[in-house]
Amino acid sequence: MTTTTPQIVDFDEALTRYEPVLGLEVHVELGTESKMFCACPTAFGAPPNTQVCPVCLAMPGALPVINERAVESIIRMGLALHCDIAEWCRMARKNYFYPDMPKNFQISQYDEPICTDGYLDVTVPLPDGSGTKTVRIEIERVHLEEDTGKLTHAGGSTGRIHGADYSLVDYNRAGIPLVEIVTKPIVGTGELAPAVAKAYVAELRDIMRELGVSDVKMEEGSLRCDANVSLNRPGDDWGTRTETKNVNSLRSVERAVRSEIERQAGVLDIGGSITQETRHFHEDTGVTTPGRSKEQAEDYRYFPEPDLVPIAPDQAWVEQLRGTIPEQPSVRRSRLADEWGIGAFEMESLVNAGVLPLVEASVAAGVGPDAARKWWAGELLRVSNEKGIDPAELPVAPADIVRVEELIDSGTINDKLARTVFDGIISGEGDADAVIAARGLAVVSDDSALMVAIERALAEQPDVAEKIRGGKVAAAGAIVGAVMKATRGQADAGKVRSLLLAHLGVEDAQ
Amino acid sequence: MAAITRDQVAHLARLARLSLTDDELDHYAEQLDVILTSVARVGEVAADDVPPTSHPLPLVNVTRPDVAKPGLTADDALSGAPAVEDERFRVPRILDEE
Amino acid sequence: MANSALEADLVRQPATVLAAAIAAGDVSAREVAQAHLDRIEQVDPAVHAFLHVDTDAALASADAVDVKRAAGATLGSLAGVPLALKDVLAMRGVPTTCGSRILEGWRPPYDSTVVDRLRAADVVILGKTNMDEFAMGSSTEHSAYGPTRNPWDLDRIPGGSGGGSAAAVAAFEAPLAIGTDTGGSIRQPAAVTGTVGVKPTYGGVSRYGLVALASSLDQAGPCARTVLDAAHLHAVIGGHDPRDSTSIDQPVPDVVAAAERADVRGMRVGLVRQLDGEGYAPGVRQRFAEAVELLTHLGADVVEVDCPHFEYALGAYYLILPSEASSNLARFDGMRYGLRANDDGDASVEQVMSNTREAGFGPEVKRRIMLGTYALSSGYYDAYYGQAQKVRTLIQRDFQSAFDKADVLISPTAPTTAFRLGEKLDDPLAMYLNDIATIPVNLAGNAAMSLPIGLSPDDGLPVGMQIMAPAMADDRLYQAGAAVEGALFDRWGHLLIEEAPAL
Repeated sequence: MTTTTPQIVDFDEALTRYEPVLGLEVHVELGTESKMFCACPTAFGAPPNTQVCPVCLAMPGALPVINERAVESIIRMGLALHCDIAEWCRMARKNYFYPDMPKNFQISQYDEPICTDGYLDVTVPLPDGSGTKTVRIEIERVHLEEDTGKLTHAGGSTGRIHGADYSLVDYNRAGIPLVEIVTKPIVGTGELAPAVAKAYVAELRDIMRELGVSDVKMEEGSLRCDANVSLNRPGDDWGTRTETKNVNSLRSVERAVRSEIERQAGVLDIGGSITQETRHFHEDTGVTTPGRSKEQAEDYRYFPEPDLVPIAPDQAWVEQLRGTIPEQPSVRRSRLADEWGIGAFEMESLVNAGVLPLVEASVAAGVGPDAARKWWAGELLRVSNEKGIDPAELPVAPADIVRVEELIDSGTINDKLARTVFDGIISGEGDADAVIAARGLAVVSDDSALMVAIERALAEQPDVAEKIRGGKVAAAGAIVGAVMKATRGQADAGKVRSLLLAHLGVEDAQ
Repeated sequence: MAAITRDQVAHLARLARLSLTDDELDHYAEQLDVILTSVARVGEVAADDVPPTSHPLPLVNVTRPDVAKPGLTADDALSGAPAVEDERFRVPRILDEE
Repeated sequence: MANSALEADLVRQPATVLAAAIAAGDVSAREVAQAHLDRIEQVDPAVHAFLHVDTDAALASADAVDVKRAAGATLGSLAGVPLALKDVLAMRGVPTTCGSRILEGWRPPYDSTVVDRLRAADVVILGKTNMDEFAMGSSTEHSAYGPTRNPWDLDRIPGGSGGGSAAAVAAFEAPLAIGTDTGGSIRQPAAVTGTVGVKPTYGGVSRYGLVALASSLDQAGPCARTVLDAAHLHAVIGGHDPRDSTSIDQPVPDVVAAAERADVRGMRVGLVRQLDGEGYAPGVRQRFAEAVELLTHLGADVVEVDCPHFEYALGAYYLILPSEASSNLARFDGMRYGLRANDDGDASVEQVMSNTREAGFGPEVKRRIMLGTYALSSGYYDAYYGQAQKVRTLIQRDFQSAFDKADVLISPTAPTTAFRLGEKLDDPLAMYLNDIATIPVNLAGNAAMSLPIGLSPDDGLPVGMQIMAPAMADDRLYQAGAAVEGALFDRWGHLLIEEAPAL
């Protein structure tokens, strides 16, 4: 027992003495239409206790019936995480008393989770900027359970539990399907631990979004993360772990892990011991504080749920679902970056700008990757930002990009004119050809019309003709520029130059 | 040797949220002891290779389609509640953080 | 236009006779309902079968049947017949207490599926009947609202947990009742009151709205004075329910046709060695032996079968039931419905929950909750709950092997006739032994019936015989039961219940 107060140890210093071991538990609220065990609607934001029934209120005599879409979703999630899918499994009751859980037991899974033994590879940048590292996170299990009601605390000053006089419960959320994803202990990440934790949650979020099983919004609670952290000296057994909850954003995942490492190092440094407890992360201060300290581990008295029958997914169905699993987002991004010949940083910019899917779709439609990126990450992004909307909301289809590039390649328009064409498309004037026709945007390539412009320009700058004839072919630029201006950029510059030189009887050395 | 002690019964009462009186604790401990000794007979059966039966019928895969239907009105839902405030169930103060 | 002789006897008619009379216009559904309400008023102060009589609603539904009939609509087989509903089934707007203080005054905002089906069949529900608290008991003495008394002898128990339903039928307060059976709670009361009670195959009747005791054992079933009446009621309430994941997705076997066949010729009838002998009262054993002889006389092949694991059934049952019940009853915490105790604004939610349950639950309920909590505890699960589930498998196998040799099995329903009120209250184990013959069927999930086979020569009280059939073969119960009932009726000239003393 020590009497010194533990200090927070600087992160880098902590890592010189200790190795962190992480365990991440992520809960995903499924985006099904109805609840896990009853047909109540799941839409967010309804008035309190208006999306409830005898089943999710746990009235006497009510019985659960499993939502088939929830089973389908969790199998797809498990397949995306390279898990084994159980041939036969049961739901189980987890018994404990709490006012947000109407039955005072939660229907979950215990020793027979539907998905086991998977993995997820996540890539994190190395802190020295020398590249990236890919870490394989092993997944212990993915199982199905139900969410609780929502408590609000009244009478206290902070709206938190402590000091509240009483609480109010809204059971709209009670019974919404939840999927819990539990990792095996994550070892050997060292100083990368916080980044790995964040990358893992981010990658999970992207996968769930791709699968369409949840809207995975951490700020709305449809994606939740509990972080377990322990420290040990190199070579020692793993230390006592703490569990940190209330981690409501990706940034908080990273900060919470970091903060726990720093705190635990401080305790261990002075010879103290870590209390096995649940801690609460505070967004404002970036540190964790102790939550409920349990005298003894809760005895949940798990037993198979007698009101439900076992789930035995048909193997043919599982294989069919396997076919619907998209490529892992980070793997796909890597592959595309290779195909397009761009680096990780540029890929990240496309992702951050929200234009990756648009670029992809354009490439798929036949646009060259460079051209697709040029337009989406350039002019079109600029326009959408100006309008205050997402690039995806612009009424520009991949086919439009294809056509514009064709028109540029054929010389009908140039890049500058193309921007005007897009302006027309976005304004709803029609497709590229229609806009060009209506606004008269085509590059002028009629020789006689160009000659008129050339002669006028020469007349206005008589000395230039002399210079060109005298051998300063570069002076032709002034005439070309004048013609371009006169034609509002609709002349083909190269053609103007050729005509001009031919007119002056000068060979084009270019 | 008793099958169950008074302390164990007190622990069970806590787990099961029953605030028993001291008299009740004594009384139930005695009765539970007798009952447990009797039911413990199941241990005499050699059943190592026997699978447990959790459901009497061999049904599997009973599910329902993911279709939302209206349930109870808030009035019906709250109709039997001992205490209501703001269309919510009012419950006494919770001591511990979850 | 009423037949006055019929009217005087309305309460003594079987359901089928009443239904036919109503359909034919010989008597109105209202008259039938009123006659039974009058009977309840007359005898229930002594019997106390009912916890709530739903007078206005019952008369209104009887009137609705009369209107339907007048409009020329075809009525269902039990239209207009009065029925008593065990207070463990949810009925919208009607007090549903499960015999407990913790639900005193609670009116469910929804109907159980059984009630839905009864309403759809135009059955007239008279009210809710008394029961052991949360169906835990064999004598109805554990009701928080006082016991029900056996119409045969008001100082004796009517059986349990469904003593109210059986007594209502035996006292002619209703020709039909619904009970629930987890370890014998329909059959044993039927046996000690001289009436018919059936536990359908597990999953045969929806449990949606049936307040759960032991989810893997509970079943709702018919109570009546005749086998045919029970068959009609069984047909009305049975069948698949998508709201109950454990309900059987197949049609109910044609139990009415089977009851009408009433034939045991060539049927192999198995005597279960473990369900007779020491522990069964001599008078019970004697009547049972006579019933066996009768079956032989009627053309059945009687064989002996051996079910060696049945002696562990009681132990397995009193581990599985309390375990499931301890979890099922956790919802009664004073937060959303029912009793809430000591909410003084200062007490914590934990304290209020604990005080509510302490005040709201009776001793038998508390005992079983603690027993169940223990059996599921970490460290004890394997030896108790886990082991009990294995014994359950062995009992199922015993039944399977017995049913290879016999079409139905028989035994006395209960080891004794109706004992005196208070006799076994202080000895829980002695009380549990009442279910010794009925429990194996619940563990295995198959079907069983009790029907009256005579009065005990020792005390003149009813004795019941249990018939057991394989899962999904409920029709065999009715085919054999009706045959025995018919033969006994021929012998006595009346149903046994007619010998009950006047109340």
